[in-house]
Amino acid sequence: MHLRDSESDAQFRFEVREWLHGAVASLPEHPATEDWPGRRAFDANWQGLLFEAGYAGINWPSEHGGRGATPTEHLIFLEESAEAKAPDVGIGFVGQMHAGPTIIAEGTEAQKAHHLRGILTGDHAWCQGFSEPGSGSDLASLRTRAFRDGDDYVVSGQKIWTSHAMAADYCEMLVRTDPNELKHKGISWLIMPMDLPGIDVRPLVTVHGSTEFAELFLDEVRVPVANLVGEENDGWRVANVTLSFERGTGFVGELLDTTSVFRDLIALARSTKRHGSTVWDDDGIRHEFGVLGADLDALWAFTKRNVSQGARGGMVMGSGSGFKVAFATTQHRLGDLALRVLDRASLSLDDIGGKPTGELVHSKLHAFAISLGGGTTQIQQNIIAERVLGLPRER
Amino acid sequence: MDLQPTDDQLALIEMVTGFASDRFPIDIVRSFGEPNGFDRDRWKELAALGTFGLALPETEGGVGLDFIDAVLVHEALGKALLPGPLLAATLSAGLVDGVLDGSVLPAIVDIPHDGPIIVEHFRSSDVLLMVDDDGVRVAPSDIAEGIDVVRSTDPTSPISILETVPAGELIGGPELAVAWRQRGSLLASAQLSGNSIGSTELAVAYAKEREQFGRPIGSFQGLKHLLADSWIRSEVARSSVWAAGVMVDEPDVGSVTRAVAGARLTSSRAATENAKTCLQVHGGMGFTWEVDAHLFLKRAWVLETVFGTCDEAAEDVANLYAGL
Repeated sequence: MHLRDSESDAQFRFEVREWLHGAVASLPEHPATEDWPGRRAFDANWQGLLFEAGYAGINWPSEHGGRGATPTEHLIFLEESAEAKAPDVGIGFVGQMHAGPTIIAEGTEAQKAHHLRGILTGDHAWCQGFSEPGSGSDLASLRTRAFRDGDDYVVSGQKIWTSHAMAADYCEMLVRTDPNELKHKGISWLIMPMDLPGIDVRPLVTVHGSTEFAELFLDEVRVPVANLVGEENDGWRVANVTLSFERGTGFVGELLDTTSVFRDLIALARSTKRHGSTVWDDDGIRHEFGVLGADLDALWAFTKRNVSQGARGGMVMGSGSGFKVAFATTQHRLGDLALRVLDRASLSLDDIGGKPTGELVHSKLHAFAISLGGGTTQIQQNIIAERVLGLPRER
Repeated sequence: MDLQPTDDQLALIEMVTGFASDRFPIDIVRSFGEPNGFDRDRWKELAALGTFGLALPETEGGVGLDFIDAVLVHEALGKALLPGPLLAATLSAGLVDGVLDGSVLPAIVDIPHDGPIIVEHFRSSDVLLMVDDDGVRVAPSDIAEGIDVVRSTDPTSPISILETVPAGELIGGPELAVAWRQRGSLLASAQLSGNSIGSTELAVAYAKEREQFGRPIGSFQGLKHLLADSWIRSEVARSSVWAAGVMVDEPDVGSVTRAVAGARLTSSRAATENAKTCLQVHGGMGFTWEVDAHLFLKRAWVLETVFGTCDEAAEDVANLYAGL
């Protein structure tokens, strides 16, 4: 076991650092949260720079235009990106992390030719249409209907929690193609261009007060049958093939952000006066900083274990779920500590007094995105209990 | 970077785990806590595996592996609740004759500034190792005076209370004391991490077998979530314990002090909380002496006091993060 970089990893880290240094300096100012065209252009510009430099699709296989980097190199790239304050994947998230890998694994040659390059260059943005108002944790109960009519599927229904729908060109969709089959059977995976008639995008306002995601209302949208990925009624399996793409780096970006927030909070506690000394001098608060620091270090070690396992060819059952629950718990606890440090400064969503107070309130609220999104903490606990510990199913 | 055990390390863990279940099943562990229950022959078998000299150079009679290997082995020992002065023996094997092969039994105490001097396994020991800021001293156990034998909270960690410690002979200066405290703390944390895994396995086995309302209690979400949380705490703990173990071998990659302190926090939490969950999952049976759940909990309480407390560890981590 080692924590040191190997010689080739150290060389890769050096190259990435050099490149990031120049590339980040060339970036324009980040657009406002609600400026979707601006955000789209900003993220596409960054992705274009990555593409030209050969860092786009860093973990994608090289025969599909990716870099084919090892999981460890991927981790190094993300670490160095955070260190250089480079933009995160932003609007490219669904395309690069999910839709692209799915098309690589299950798409036709025509689908690969049409979509993969656009995802890598940043020209195409994707969103995800999986969850429905009645199908959240029980995703396989989804009811958005697609029936075959000639060379098209005619799709009607409603999708929810569709991040970046306002800026996306394509949507990866799960639809029910066989209404007589329940649950996992009878679902298909479709590529839906977002400019088709019959799609109504209605932004949903989050607890942050911003519109990161949307509802999709689909009224007889005609999606070409050529856009079916995998076999008809085999969409559940298709949606899960990306799990085999996961090499332990899924939450590295979030963990880097959290570590950075933690350091900001330490600086704030040390510079904030209270009761004649500083917030940092409060023994109870400092103890909590210590516990959280230990948890963050543990989560980094956990990540490195998962990446090391990923490098050996696959994740251990439950390690992703376990990481996510532990990370969500830490994120909530960090948010609670932030509110204690901020005291009444937490009443403002905007930064006060030149300090990142608003960012810290934002981070507290963001903890719910971690404990709810991508399978709630309770669903992850069920997965661990049943698939790792082998406890019997409830029904 | 590679933070998963190698094939050799997996084989080592399997060997120790197999030995523990063959030669130290739980009734033997319990018997070590009885008056005169310490079985020296069995202890020598443990020593003969190379347990105490894993990270010692071969020229000193050791196995010549890295410190992380000792950490992995102590995790396996903690999981099996192996009794006896495991930390004292591992720390002193290269310096005190007879410890390496198990013929001399050490006890160790980090002498407190205030309060009673409480020493685990003193009553069966041949030598007493004494750590303070000035260094490490050793004395024959039979010259210690003013010994009060009390009932120990953990039945498998018998304790003695010494009124004073003997002067003893200096075997190392302040640097050795620092090294022993750091390594001793991390090996205790490794045992805590293993302890948390052991109590979780015990609880899971019971939850699959025990039926109420016509089905196994492990099918109820209320218990599933408790047990999933136990598993997660163990995974978090062993992550920081392993990372800290590697950092002792590769001190240039980060703050070893912070890593060791962090490992103490996560492993103490995992061991105490998982043992509590184990006791709770066993229902009324968990409240009995007969069920092993309390042995995990009480051993965890012993280990989390060894070479530093959680409160001290939290203070260390906070200050090191703040650059203080």
